[in-house]
Amino acid sequence: MNAYARRIREIARRLLSEKAVDAVAGYRAGTVPMRARPFVARTPAEAGELTWTGFCVGNLAKLAIGLPGRVAVCAQGCISRNLVGIVRENRLARENLTVIGVPCLGMLDARKILAKVGGRMVTGVREEGDAVTATGADFEETFARGDVKRDTCLTCRHRNPVLVDEVVADPVPETGGGDGDRIIELWERKKPDARFELFTRTFRDCIRCYACRDVCPLCHCATCFVDRSRPQWLGKTQDEPDVLTYHLLRAFHCAGRCTDCGACESACPLGIPMRRLTAKLESDARRLFGHEASLSLDAKPALAVFSPDDPDEVFS
Amino acid sequence: MASPKTYRPNIVAFFCRWCSYGAADLAGSLRLRYPVDIRIVRVPCSGSISPQYLLYALLQGADGVWVSGCHPGDCHYRIGNMHARRRLTLFHNLLDYVGIERARLLFTWIAASEAHKLQREAEAFVTAVAALGPARRLVKSLETCIL
Repeated sequence: MNAYARRIREIARRLLSEKAVDAVAGYRAGTVPMRARPFVARTPAEAGELTWTGFCVGNLAKLAIGLPGRVAVCAQGCISRNLVGIVRENRLARENLTVIGVPCLGMLDARKILAKVGGRMVTGVREEGDAVTATGADFEETFARGDVKRDTCLTCRHRNPVLVDEVVADPVPETGGGDGDRIIELWERKKPDARFELFTRTFRDCIRCYACRDVCPLCHCATCFVDRSRPQWLGKTQDEPDVLTYHLLRAFHCAGRCTDCGACESACPLGIPMRRLTAKLESDARRLFGHEASLSLDAKPALAVFSPDDPDEVFS
Repeated sequence: MASPKTYRPNIVAFFCRWCSYGAADLAGSLRLRYPVDIRIVRVPCSGSISPQYLLYALLQGADGVWVSGCHPGDCHYRIGNMHARRRLTLFHNLLDYVGIERARLLFTWIAASEAHKLQREAEAFVTAVAALGPARRLVKSLETCIL
């Protein structure tokens, strides 16, 4: 067991036995390798099941919203920003929230590991510092963490939690080293026709399972626009226009609030890189409004405020 | 498919009822001619326009979408158009980014007295959209749907 997991169990056990919180939201080992399951520990004994690996790729902020009473949440940089957003949107009271801050070295992408080992069955993954070792029945291969990290973690800008009550480890370097704008350059440097072609090709496989929506802590409408029938904003088919419209609108609903946690991409059963869209919106919010989502409890989302000097570039 | 000669674009315009809609009204009173290819939807404020409306129009086959509101600072509700400006700027850039033709979108500020500006913008926009031809991207049609 790694130091992070040990420390998280310690903190969770203490919080639960002191009755400082009613529940601790974290992860426990999944039933298959390279998976971690979101888990809510409610007793000190259950706290022993908590774990922390590179496969804790969900978004616990989403889980925390629905929990009654006082709740502690294990949160990396991105998740802590989501928690800030949730507190700001009055979906969780600050006094009911304890943040167990987890400085993050980047989460792992199971698909990348599988690709590296050529699709052979992986039975376990060990993480030691910068080395990630995948083991199977007849092989053992070690990779650099940077080669099997999730895309979103490569371009991470805030790896340390912005809101912390309990500390799990010393802070790590603040960025993942990458530049978030590089994701959008892939499309931006192309001509419009090629961009639309890339857009359709990227999202063609979408089966409209809405996993990306359901995992996202920013979504909070009682009835999602895709489920509405009067008016029916878009069809419920897998036809190209419906799929593309769904992804455009889903991304736009996150505009100015997305913390680039990458849970949508990790949750997608087809591996669709929907961050191509959210990254554009966040990049624009940074460039045009100097805004980065949920960095502190007093900051408002980019689209909830305005300035008389906002750029007029698309208006005539 | 309509031939280029007979093709006329379908343009959906969302006009704020306090300014641009009034400008369209004034254009009528002044007997100003502007293209008939524009279907105006009256909305309470440009700030009330959700990007959903624009996508819905495109999905249903609009060749162009036009949004017009009061000049910044002149909003009847004080700040509606300021919010609209942020929201629509991001949305415009997003649509441009995914390859929707930039010329199919027009965002303007037109005050109730600016009938001539409305006429000018309408003529330019209809010409630009007509030059692009019928919209295909994001449009629900036999071409883009699995049968």
